[in-house]
Amino acid sequence: MPQIKSQISAGSESFQSNEAAMKAVVQDLQSTTQKISEGGGEKYRAKHVARGKLLPRERIDTLIDAGTSFLELSQLAGHDVYGSDVPAGGVITGVGVVNGQECMIVANDATVKGGTYYPTTVRKHLRAQDIAFENNLPCIYLVDSGGAFLPLQDEVFPDRDNFGRIFYNQARLSAANIPQIAVVMGSCTAGGAYVPAMSDETIIVKNQGTIFLGGPPLVKAATGEDVSAEDLGGGDMHTKVSGVADHLAEDDTHALAIARDVVKNLARRKPPMPATQKPVAPAYPTEELYGVVPADLKTPYDIREVIARLVDGSELDEFKANYGTTLITGFAHIHGFPVGIIANNGILFSESAEKGAHFVQLCCQRGVPILFLQNITGFMVGKKYEQGGIAKDGAKLVNAVAAADVPKITVLVGGSFGAGNYAMCGRSFNPRFLFTWPNSRISVMGGEQAASVLATVKRDAMEKAGQEWSSEEEAAFKEPVRQQYEKQGHPYYASARLWDDGVIDPAQTRDILGLALSTAMNRPGGDTEFGIFRM
Amino acid sequence: MLKKILIANRGEIACRVIRTARELGVKTVAVYSDADRYAPHVEQADEAYHIGRSPSSESYLRGDHIIEVAKKCGAEGIHPGYGFLSENAEFSRACKEAGIVFIGPDAQSMDAMASKSAAKALMIDANVPVLEGYHGADQSTAHLKSVADKTGYPILIKAVAGGGGRGMRQVFESSEFEKELESAQREASSSFGNPDVLIEKYLVKPRHIEVQIFGDNHGNVVHMFERDCSVQRRHQKVLEEAPAPCLDAGVRAQLLDAAVRAGEAVNYKGAGTVEFLLDGEGKDAQFYFMEMNTRLQVEHPVSEYVTGLDFVEWQLRIASGETVPLKQDEITCTGHSIEARLCAENVEEGFLPSSGTLKVWHMPEEHENLRVDTGVEQGGEISSFYDSMIAKVITYGATRDEACDTLSNALEEGCVMGLPTNLGFLNACVNHPVFRKGGFGTSFLLKEAADVLPSVVTKPSEKHLNAAAFMVGKANGKIQAERMGMDNPWASIGALRLNLPQSDTIILNGETVTVPSEKPEGYAWQDAKRIVAVADGTYISMPYRSEPVAEGVVQASEGALTASIPGQVTKVMAKAGEAVKKDQALMVMEAMKMEHTMRAPEDGIIEDVHYNVGDKVDDGDVLISFMDKKEDAA
Repeated sequence: MPQIKSQISAGSESFQSNEAAMKAVVQDLQSTTQKISEGGGEKYRAKHVARGKLLPRERIDTLIDAGTSFLELSQLAGHDVYGSDVPAGGVITGVGVVNGQECMIVANDATVKGGTYYPTTVRKHLRAQDIAFENNLPCIYLVDSGGAFLPLQDEVFPDRDNFGRIFYNQARLSAANIPQIAVVMGSCTAGGAYVPAMSDETIIVKNQGTIFLGGPPLVKAATGEDVSAEDLGGGDMHTKVSGVADHLAEDDTHALAIARDVVKNLARRKPPMPATQKPVAPAYPTEELYGVVPADLKTPYDIREVIARLVDGSELDEFKANYGTTLITGFAHIHGFPVGIIANNGILFSESAEKGAHFVQLCCQRGVPILFLQNITGFMVGKKYEQGGIAKDGAKLVNAVAAADVPKITVLVGGSFGAGNYAMCGRSFNPRFLFTWPNSRISVMGGEQAASVLATVKRDAMEKAGQEWSSEEEAAFKEPVRQQYEKQGHPYYASARLWDDGVIDPAQTRDILGLALSTAMNRPGGDTEFGIFRM
Repeated sequence: MLKKILIANRGEIACRVIRTARELGVKTVAVYSDADRYAPHVEQADEAYHIGRSPSSESYLRGDHIIEVAKKCGAEGIHPGYGFLSENAEFSRACKEAGIVFIGPDAQSMDAMASKSAAKALMIDANVPVLEGYHGADQSTAHLKSVADKTGYPILIKAVAGGGGRGMRQVFESSEFEKELESAQREASSSFGNPDVLIEKYLVKPRHIEVQIFGDNHGNVVHMFERDCSVQRRHQKVLEEAPAPCLDAGVRAQLLDAAVRAGEAVNYKGAGTVEFLLDGEGKDAQFYFMEMNTRLQVEHPVSEYVTGLDFVEWQLRIASGETVPLKQDEITCTGHSIEARLCAENVEEGFLPSSGTLKVWHMPEEHENLRVDTGVEQGGEISSFYDSMIAKVITYGATRDEACDTLSNALEEGCVMGLPTNLGFLNACVNHPVFRKGGFGTSFLLKEAADVLPSVVTKPSEKHLNAAAFMVGKANGKIQAERMGMDNPWASIGALRLNLPQSDTIILNGETVTVPSEKPEGYAWQDAKRIVAVADGTYISMPYRSEPVAEGVVQASEGALTASIPGQVTKVMAKAGEAVKKDQALMVMEAMKMEHTMRAPEDGIIEDVHYNVGDKVDDGDVLISFMDKKEDAA
């Protein structure tokens, strides 16, 4: 296979300055994540540990196979959303392997507001279930939650994609032979009681886990009955009397050991997947991505430089290399898994869109997963292009991407603006995983463009009314628009709202994609049926 | 050439014989016991037949079953390997009677060598030096004592029919003689059914030097040079090498000649080894015939390396009636080769053999100068029914130092998890200055290099923790590769954490230890519940589990009697439903050649007896369960 020959020298001045800029944003990401990983803070962590409980991240480390990765999702969920901190959205989700089986793990963090469900918590839990469904992953819920966060009940309880959806999903997932396993390691009150009750197999920790529809205070208020939490919904009672839980564990570690056995007994096997090959490292170090990507999003660069640092042996078999050159398409391997890569190398024209649609068809026909690398300002505009039918050509790509039933994974490596976001498998197009780099930006259009568009509209209106608009006034008008777009287009803002599955370090991207591809192979994809392409 | 042979053995030697037979186009037949149903030798042979239950007395020692199988499948010859039936003259005879070629010497040669005293008499006739002493029929205490006094102390009392160090006593003073004699006779009697002993001069610092020979049906006997097997513990060889270092050329020539004479004296046919003790240094060194092993030995690969020959091929050719393939002057000795016997044993607890599952079994890939002979695979069992050897690691070099370095590197790269092994101990031996110098005696491990045996400490040093963490990391990677394939990123990447430090730490002994990326000093091994780290000559055992294990402790062992070590049930006194008193004997099991009586932990009623006489039990198995007291009361 042809190897990409990098044109970039790691010693160059631009490389150095790019690297410094990227390192700064990555360091900010790491320090933000570090703080988030500490959950509800020292005081609540100490209290949690004093009860003999493992912290949620320790629970995950104990549950997954020793020495293996944890593909954590949406670490920034709820970041700067509620005024007060809800680190990681109060629930840790991600893919981990248990006895060699990739599983979706959802672990409540009781050190964050008692593990209660904020709107973000719900969204994150539901997204984890979506990923489990799309990728055919058994779900393990490490439950330790006080239920819905009552002050925000209007955003948590009533709507379709609110709290109730969790249980709806559990039923649907179980029906689809996606095992639902609950480990009750703390409270499971009211609605929360349905997580274990709706699971295929449930483990509960003695003198620690409780499951009840109404807790002792509510019971007292409702019926006057005086009952301890343990008698009302403890592990002993549920495994001996009610049958709500199946396995009684001595402590957290024992419970997680039982969960590991439960997964082993699923006796699952991955379905046949497209041919893999022996993995090799890229010819160029992944760390060089820091220096390859320009600090300023507006500076164009060759996306092949990024591909060269992500794929096995830096080898890429380009498809239509000389046609529609603003979109790079080609076959490569990542950690041995075959992928079709669709990557932006400039603005989208009719030819590039058609080429992309053709390539999507190839991947679907062959069952090869598609990796989208987004750095897109949008489709070309102007009379010539509209007359050339760019709308229908763009629609072909959008149509093909939407219909493609192979695993799709999207990474925002730069800008993600306008309809380009759709054509390049943005959130609305159901990629199995969508990650963003900390230097990326996402919005309907760039901040500068938006300010100019809005200013033009206003100037036209004012001119029509015979009013004057000084350039100072215009500048003053544009500035807050730019600021709004910069704030809302920032990857933290996006990730806090679950518009993606997490902000990732460029240097970890190759490994993350490897884990994601392996995970996706639990459901390699079906026979794609495309809709009508407007010719 | 024989067309089809049966290999009446198991493990690495069976695999070893199959390999050469394959190369020569000889079809192979494996036999196996219950325990070996899925063993590699069964997999590798062209045909395989079940011959009995796991204990070797019911399988690999059942010559009648084996011959029956050979007849049934049309095997023309039987290769006995080593151990089991390899030196059993009766079996050799039975093969002959059945019209099957026994790939080894005649029954007569075996008989001649089986009794140590008879062998010595033969050697004296052949002008082969033997140790002063007595190996005659007069077994009266008075006579034996007078011989001992005449020979001069220290002397050695040895069982005539013995081996493996049983029935053997060193006596340093005349006053101790009678007591030691009685004890040696008792042991000889119980081990071999023959109380006869011989008296020998005891050499204080002898070296164990042996010569590989081959004889054929046409009266030819050639040697394949010598081996030095002086690194021994409890008379079991640990490291073997060829040629012997620090050996005077003149002495070597005499030694090799003597060995050939010894072979000629018994009309030897096939592969054999003449063992000598070498005393003294330089050209004054004296050697004495010790015994002759009438089989292919465990350590034969080192001689194969230095001669460049395949001994199993020679065995097969000779058994097929051919003459020895090369004349003496065509056989050369080039370079140096060393073998280490990797065994499942607990070095820190006096080399107690261990058994269990090989959770991780990794050795570096073989190359021109590295050979790994093994009969196990990752996930396989090291059973307490058979010997505890897991593999032989054999290296070659132009010089002794090169061979030592290659061996040391191979041992360091090796990783065995799931049960204790002597891996690190072997490496310590290879790198011990006394070993590197060469020329030491069989007391190497007891005296010269006693410091290779680690001493116990209670608090781990940083080196202990690092060595342990490194091994844990390595083992985890192997286990995950087994689960998901070595190329899968979940196995190959390690413990990636997004935007957070890699989770390459483990908690050991209450401390967080980072898994070193490069191999640190020391070594460690891990079984189900603990990890043992050895560094700086000290060792420590720490409770550790890579992954949590849900045990049945919650229910099963409540009010039950469990086995504390693996063994076999030899007597059952308890009956279900019986009311027993505290400390009443309920069951007897044999483990590690010792009897253990299982007693009632308290007064109670027996619910069930889970094993019968002859059953094999594992560490932690519930032997006898008792009725639940509380329910009883209710």
